[in-house]
Amino acid sequence: MARVQPEQQAPVVQRVRIRYTKRGPLRFTSHRDFARALERAVRRAHLPIAYSSGFHPHPRISYVSAAPTGVASEAEYAEIALQKRMDPADLRRDLDAALPPGLDVVEAVEAQGGGLDERIEASLWRLELPGVAREAATPAIEAFLSADEVLVERMTKKGLRTIDARGPVARLSLNSDESGAETAPHAADTDSCAILDLVVQHVTPSVRPDDVLAGLRVAAGLEPPVPPRVTRLAQGMIAEHGEGATPSVTGVESGNGAGPSPAAAAGLTDPLGPDRGTAVTA
Amino acid sequence: MSVTSVYPKLEQLLPLVKKPIQYVGGELGAVTKPWEDTVVRWALMYPDAYEVGVPNQGVQILYEVLNEQPDVLAERTYAVWPDLEKLMREHGVPQFTVDAHRPVGSFDAFGVSFATEMGYTNFLTAIDLAGIPLDAAERTEDHPIVIAGGHAAFNPEPIARFIDAAVLGDGEEAVLEITGIIRAWKAEGRPGGRDELLLRLARTESVYVPRFYDVDYLPDGRIQRVIPNRADVPFRVHKRTTMDLDAWPYPKKPLVPLAESVHERYAVEIFRGCTRGCRFCQAGMITRPVRERSITTIGEMVQRGIDQSGFNEVGLLSLSSADHSEIGDVCSGLADRYEGENVSLSLPSTRVDAFNVTLANELSRNGRRSGLTFAPEGGSERIRRVINKMVSEEDLIRTVVTAYGNGWRQVKLYFMCGLPTETDEDVVAIAKMAHEVIRAGRAAAGNKDIRVTVSIGGFVPKPHTPFQWAAQEHPEVIDRRLDLLKKAINSDRSLGRSIGYRYHDGQPSLIEGLLSRGDRRVGDVILQVWREGGRFDGWTEHFSYERWAGAADEALAAHGLDLAWFTTRERGELEVLPWDHLDSGLDKDWLWSDWQDAIAEVELDDCRWTPCFDCGVCPAMDTEIQIGPTGKKLLPLAIAGTRGHVPSNHSYEADEA
Repeated sequence: MARVQPEQQAPVVQRVRIRYTKRGPLRFTSHRDFARALERAVRRAHLPIAYSSGFHPHPRISYVSAAPTGVASEAEYAEIALQKRMDPADLRRDLDAALPPGLDVVEAVEAQGGGLDERIEASLWRLELPGVAREAATPAIEAFLSADEVLVERMTKKGLRTIDARGPVARLSLNSDESGAETAPHAADTDSCAILDLVVQHVTPSVRPDDVLAGLRVAAGLEPPVPPRVTRLAQGMIAEHGEGATPSVTGVESGNGAGPSPAAAAGLTDPLGPDRGTAVTA
Repeated sequence: MSVTSVYPKLEQLLPLVKKPIQYVGGELGAVTKPWEDTVVRWALMYPDAYEVGVPNQGVQILYEVLNEQPDVLAERTYAVWPDLEKLMREHGVPQFTVDAHRPVGSFDAFGVSFATEMGYTNFLTAIDLAGIPLDAAERTEDHPIVIAGGHAAFNPEPIARFIDAAVLGDGEEAVLEITGIIRAWKAEGRPGGRDELLLRLARTESVYVPRFYDVDYLPDGRIQRVIPNRADVPFRVHKRTTMDLDAWPYPKKPLVPLAESVHERYAVEIFRGCTRGCRFCQAGMITRPVRERSITTIGEMVQRGIDQSGFNEVGLLSLSSADHSEIGDVCSGLADRYEGENVSLSLPSTRVDAFNVTLANELSRNGRRSGLTFAPEGGSERIRRVINKMVSEEDLIRTVVTAYGNGWRQVKLYFMCGLPTETDEDVVAIAKMAHEVIRAGRAAAGNKDIRVTVSIGGFVPKPHTPFQWAAQEHPEVIDRRLDLLKKAINSDRSLGRSIGYRYHDGQPSLIEGLLSRGDRRVGDVILQVWREGGRFDGWTEHFSYERWAGAADEALAAHGLDLAWFTTRERGELEVLPWDHLDSGLDKDWLWSDWQDAIAEVELDDCRWTPCFDCGVCPAMDTEIQIGPTGKKLLPLAIAGTRGHVPSNHSYEADEA
């Protein structure tokens, strides 16, 4: 008895790269959850998405380095393959409208070739530590940075694993920018809410913000009394390597008129930057 | 009185628990309203984990029906896992709704949908975390009215002391009627307090208020009688039946969660009720008569549901979906409409019938033919006559041959073990059936690349069924028969290696049996199990038979009873059953005669196609069978690829079926 063959799906004619956020309560969305939500949003928005062929056709969406569950993000990236051409600005608007508030599509550009992953090698994270005074954080940062390696343990699917939290850290500093306070959980607590800026290279096994926090505990006994709040502010290529690099505006301005982006300030290039496409920003 | 969100406190705990997204809410289709703008406020609960509860149709329907009322607020709450429960207790965070994270204790009514009895301990956790006294008698005007619904509410006696009221049957109209009563009582300044409100509910004759009924017992432990303890409430409480499902096309705005759930699909109930008459099936007995949704409404609901939700799967639900009078047109119409759109259609709950393979072929035109499921329920023709599941061995073989011949590779067969009058031979016959299926299937498929999975669970006698008098089988007997079956399946290694075997141990079924046919004295057992840490009893990894059996030993001894008395004891014709004062419409004499027919291995037809056999429901409930065919076709609402957005003022036309 001959088996029924799966339908062939329409070919890809365009790829659009998006930057999206995980804000507020939706920072608790896991990557799997987000992927499912995005696929449904694509359907609700009637986007001409391309599907993989086979008995289980999947929408052709690819992701790079998703932030851990519970971590907020201003800079998550995905690439969507389409079977009909579409203005990236319309795609951004329709997709954003179909996603719940908090999962916001803030930029979309047409991909011009090369992999999205080739444009990302590091993340800028902001760590808010309620109940930790700035004075307590400073020596901890110094102790951490002065170490050659800081070994921390993490539970993985393969069991307890020891990794070096120090190696991939390109930068760790106390944030002195007052504007950082607006994202703190309780504005009144800003005096005792140290805010750290952290640039970590993407390595394998990955070093995540909670590994660096564990490193601060190991290296300097820093133990936040309540769970810290972490936000990924940017991803990109490190324009200037090295410890203590001064913030340099080698990246691209985000184009929303708000001055240099945090990515630029941290020395990260914009993965959707104009060298290979035109950014459309909300 | 304003109510503040517990979210700021909860947020501090979420990084510390598993799958925090399940507590965050924000589903597509969720509704939040300002507290002050509403008069009657409901918290609705499905007493299991979010991933199980959020797709529940009953809760979604009531949520939407209630929220469509401008002055009514309905929010949802689910069972929190033990990791969060512990943190909530440590940090003083109460049971909350996921919609606006309001404390459940602040609502007027707390409605809990019990699809199964295994949610009772989770229910106790929720009311305790909400700050509501566990014993209904200790509640004051400041506490919500706790109302049980769902199929388990047809015998709410084991939880009678923990609930204020129970509603039997369909909820769409019942919640609105209850809302009206609460609204009026509040507007009048809450005259007579909580008791007066409960009395007004009881006087509707369709809301059961356990506190207004006393149970007297005979010296041997059996019930002597259940009688009202005041003159102004009815002797019997009647179930609700929603007629004309086309007038209630819910859910219109399905809830689409961010978290993964057990059913990732848009589900439309294509009819309610079933008169196939399977004697073990409580759902079929208590949801009579059959009321079909018309093909037109089904088509509109599916289109709207897919557009609104973005789901890529549609489930056509009912107790026996292929029995819809226009199922062929429904399936081919939907298959036409969604051809090439990567939307899959599924038809769960199908009988053993080659016609169902034809339907399944229609629904799987895109080529994905992985598995089909059939439920012969019993292994021998004799036992199938006992349970009134009229399927012959030839029917089954013809059906699976058709399936394998049409490219389906996997067939799942469901059975029960421990049925009344069952012998070892009845169960071992399942192996022979499975061997025949593989043999015939290999011939039909032309290769050996086919499988059958035998899935078998312990039978639990349920209230309001002909088997409500039956002795539940001992777990040791069930386990022994399951083992015999395993050996019999593997007795032929060539065939056996194409047969998967999945079974459930007998012990959890025994506890389900205790809770299903228990009376008010079983409440002590539930309370003790909960106090000893019982949670999520529907989950194998959380269920503890030892805890339940131990608590039953201790708590029932005070009444001179034990677990066996409630489960493996056969009841007599004249025994007063704990749920006799709760009227499902089924005539008790008819149930008894059907029980006698079962023992005599006499089958009974379906009243949709044969004359009425007087089960009693239609005259007692003033209802009637509502089936097609209407002769209509699925409207050509849209051609693939050109669909636009559904207008928001889209209305449904009631169909005169």
